[in-house]
Amino acid sequence: MSIAALCSDRVLLNDWHVVADLTNLSAAEPFQTRLLGVDITIHCRGRYNKEVVRNDTGALVNSTKRYGFLWACLGTPERDIVFVPEAEEGDRYLVTGGSIAVKVSGLRAVENFLDMGHFPFVHTGWLGDEPHTEVAPYKVELTAADELVATECKFYQPVASPTAKEGFIVDYVYKVIRPYTVALYKSNPVHKARLDVITLFVQPVDEDNCVAHPFLCYLKDGVDQAGIRNFMQLIFAQDKPILENQVPRRLPLDPRAETPIRADAVAVLYRRWLRDKSVTYGAIPARM
Amino acid sequence: MLDLAKTRWHPIAAGYDLPLRHVFHGQLLGREFAVWRADDGYVNIWENRCLHRGVRLSIGINDGRELKCQYHGWRYSNRTAGCTYIPAHPADAPARTITNRTFAAVERYGLVWSAEEPQGEVPEIPGLAEGELLALRGIPVNAPADVVAARLKGYRFQPNAALDGKDAKVAVEASNDFTVALRAVEGGAATLAAFFVQPVDSNRSVIRGVLDGKVEGAARLAVLRHHNELLSALRVAVEAEAAHKPAPAPLEPVIERVSPELAEMPEETKHGRKATIRVQVARKWPAADGIAGFELRPIKGLLPTFQPGAHIDVHLPNGLIRQYSITNGPGESDSYVIGVKLERDSKGGSTCLHETVREGDVLAISEPRNNFPLRRDAVQTLFIAGGIGITPLLAMAQALKNQSLAHELHYFAQNEAQLAFPEKTSTLGASLKPHLGLSPDQTGAMLREILSGYGPDKHVYLCGPGPMLEAARHIAAEMGWPETAVHFEYFKNTNVIDDSTSFEVALARSCMTLTVPAGKTILEVMRDAGIDMPSSCEQGACGTCLATVIEGEPDHQDVYLNDAERKSGTKIMTCVSRAKSARLVLDL
Ligand code: FES
Ligand SMILES: [Fe+2]
Repeated sequence: MSIAALCSDRVLLNDWHVVADLTNLSAAEPFQTRLLGVDITIHCRGRYNKEVVRNDTGALVNSTKRYGFLWACLGTPERDIVFVPEAEEGDRYLVTGGSIAVKVSGLRAVENFLDMGHFPFVHTGWLGDEPHTEVAPYKVELTAADELVATECKFYQPVASPTAKEGFIVDYVYKVIRPYTVALYKSNPVHKARLDVITLFVQPVDEDNCVAHPFLCYLKDGVDQAGIRNFMQLIFAQDKPILENQVPRRLPLDPRAETPIRADAVAVLYRRWLRDKSVTYGAIPARM
Repeated sequence: MLDLAKTRWHPIAAGYDLPLRHVFHGQLLGREFAVWRADDGYVNIWENRCLHRGVRLSIGINDGRELKCQYHGWRYSNRTAGCTYIPAHPADAPARTITNRTFAAVERYGLVWSAEEPQGEVPEIPGLAEGELLALRGIPVNAPADVVAARLKGYRFQPNAALDGKDAKVAVEASNDFTVALRAVEGGAATLAAFFVQPVDSNRSVIRGVLDGKVEGAARLAVLRHHNELLSALRVAVEAEAAHKPAPAPLEPVIERVSPELAEMPEETKHGRKATIRVQVARKWPAADGIAGFELRPIKGLLPTFQPGAHIDVHLPNGLIRQYSITNGPGESDSYVIGVKLERDSKGGSTCLHETVREGDVLAISEPRNNFPLRRDAVQTLFIAGGIGITPLLAMAQALKNQSLAHELHYFAQNEAQLAFPEKTSTLGASLKPHLGLSPDQTGAMLREILSGYGPDKHVYLCGPGPMLEAARHIAAEMGWPETAVHFEYFKNTNVIDDSTSFEVALARSCMTLTVPAGKTILEVMRDAGIDMPSSCEQGACGTCLATVIEGEPDHQDVYLNDAERKSGTKIMTCVSRAKSARLVLDL
C-alpha cells in the first residue's frame, strides 16, 4: 500500500469509525484495512473477540462491535458511537448493506448521499427517471444538536424501494450526523406514517479513498433481507463509477471551486459546516 | 528538462480518436481534457470537469450537438461550452455565464493539436503534405517526452515501398524537444516520417507518428505493423532507461475557480438594453412567403450560448430596436438564425430588415435572453405556433427532438407557402403538424382538439398573434390546463397603455424612493436614478424587466405575466405597468 497522509483533525481521530462489516471477518485470516491513513490489521481471537492493531507501531487500537460492524478509534474516544434509535425497534430488519470501496474522499461520498438531483441520471429506472428531473425547494437547518437536517425533500421515483410497484413522489429527510456519517429517512410504502432509515457510515480510508458501510433499518412488512441488501448494492454500484470520476477526489471547501444550484442547498451547508468544524481530512480547505 | 511552456502546441489526439458521438479523454502536461467532435465537424477541447460537481466530462454523452454530464445531466453547448440546461431546475434558464473552460483546437497532419495558451502556429514539417498522410497508431510511453524525442532521433525504419529491405539510410531532417522528422531511403524508395511526442505528464508521453504518402489496403497494414513493432521496441528501451532515474513528480495543473457570482446560486443576469455583439448577415433568404431568414455570424470570437426560447435585440440601422427569437437547434452555435415577418403596419422595423439590410451588413445585437424557458421534465409537450410565432417554438422542438422527449408542434398558417424554415421543420418528422387555411372558428375547434386530454406533467407552449393566443389560453383553461402548464409569448403588447398616474416607488435593497410622474415609466425613472435594470422590448411583452413587488398594488398593463402571477401581486413588468396604490415597494 502507498504512503497516505495522516490525519490531524481531532474530531476525526477521537471519533469511532466503522472498519469492517462483521460478516466479512474470518477467524482464519487477519483482515487488512486502513483508517485515516493508518494501515491496521483486524485479528479474530476466538468467536467474539476482535483485536485491531496498527501495522506501523504494533499498538492496539480501541475497538468495539455495534450494529453488525466493527468500530475503531485511533485516538481517545470523546463521544459514543452514533445512536440509531430505529435499530431498537423490533419490527425492523437490521441489514448491513455490504461494504463498498470507492476511490474518492468519503466527504464526496456523503455529499453524493445527500443529493437527489442525480437520481434520474445515475439511478435511472430505480430512484429516478428522465424527464422527471426537478428538485423542488426543500428546507435545510442546523439543529441544536449540531446536526444538519434537510426536510420536505420530495422526488419522483419509479422504484423507490424493494416493495414499490409503480412510480410515485417520495418524501425524504436527510440528516448529517457527523462529518463522515449521514442518514436518510424515507416514507415506507406500506406504513405511510413510518420511515425506513438508511444510515451511511463512511470509513475514511485515507484522503482519497473511502469505504461506504450502509446500515439499513427497514420495516419488515413486505420485504426480505436479501432484497433490501441487493437493492442497496445495486444503488451503490451505480454511484461508484461516477464518484470515482470526480476531480479532484477530495471535497473542495472553497465556495468558488464548483458551481452550486438551489438543489444543492444541503451540500452548500454541509461544506460550510465542515469548514466551521475545521475538518480538513478528505477536503481541500477554502482559500482565504 | 521537459519544456513545460503552455504556449507550445502539442498533439492531444489523433483524428481517429474522435469517431461519431464519442468523447475522448486527452491529457497534456498533467491537465486533462474532454475532446469531442460535434456533428457539424467542430472539435471541442474542454477542461475535463463539469462545473457543477467536478465530474469528468470525458465520461459524458456527446449527442452530436451538446455534451451532457453523467452526474446531473447538465448540458453544455458545442463550441461555447456554455451550459444550456440544468435538469434539477427545469423552469429556470441557466445563467448564461456558466461556461466551461475551452482550449484551442487545430487539426493538422491527421492529429488534433492544442495548448493552454497557444502562440504561433502548429509545427510545420516541410515535405509533409496535408491529406496525403498515414497516421500511425499512438504509442504510450512511461517516460518524459524529451527523453522519448531524443531516442527517436536514432529510430531506424524502412521506407513504405521497401519494407522487406534491411539497409535503409535514415537521416534526421529536423528535430526539437518534441518533434523528430526522419527520412528513410533505400534504392529508389523514400519515406518521410514525422514523430510528435505528446507530453501527457512529467513522466508519460505518447508517440504520434505520421508518414508522408497514402498507402492503402494490405500494404497499409504492413506499414503499420512495421512501425508498431519498431516503436514498441523503442518504447521498451526508453522505459528501461527512464526506470533508472527517479520519476519526476506528476504535474499539477491549476484548476481555475469559478466566478464569485457562480459560487452563489446564480440569479438572473442584470443588464440594460445593451447591444454588445457585432454580427454580420452571412445569409438572407426567403424563409417563407413574407418571411425573411437571416443568418447572423459573429464578427469575431464566438456567439454567447443560447437556450431554446431565447431572443435577441437587433439594433437596426435606422435606430429601431426589435426582438427576434433564435430558431437554432441545440449545438448550432456558429451563427444565430432569425425569421423576420414583413408587417403590414410596420413602424419601420421589419421593413428595414426586409428592404435595407443585406448580406454582408453588420448589425449590433444584444446577448440572448431567455424569458420563455423550456422545461424538459414533461411527459409530453405541445407547441402551438401561429405564423411567425413558430420561431421560438422551432428552437424548442429541435431541443426536445434531440433528447427524444415526446412533443408535437402544431403550426397554424394560411397556406403551405407561409410555412417558414422548411429545412428545419422537416427534421422534426411526424411531430410537425401543420394546420393550413383555417378560419377563426375552425382554428378554435382545432385548438380544442389539440388541447383535449390534459394530464399531469404535460405542458403547452404558445406563440402567435394576440387573438389566437387569447383563444388558446382560454381553451386551455376550459379544458383543465392549470396556468403553470401553459406557457406563452406574445410578439407585442397591443394593450393601450395608460401612463397618466403618478406614484412613489421604494427600492428596498437600494434604499431609495423615487417618484414616477405621469408620462414616464418605472424603468425610465429607475434608469435616471442610475439603477441598472435589464430590458428588451420595453412594451411589456418579453419579460426581461421583471421586478418583485414586496408591498403595494401593481397596475398590470403587460402581456407577459399569467393571471395567477398578476393576482398574486408579487411581480411587475417595470417598462409598462404602474401602481394602483400610492406606493410600491420593489425588491431591487
Ligand atoms: S457534476 Fe456534472 S451535472 Fe452535476
Ligand atoms: Fe446515488
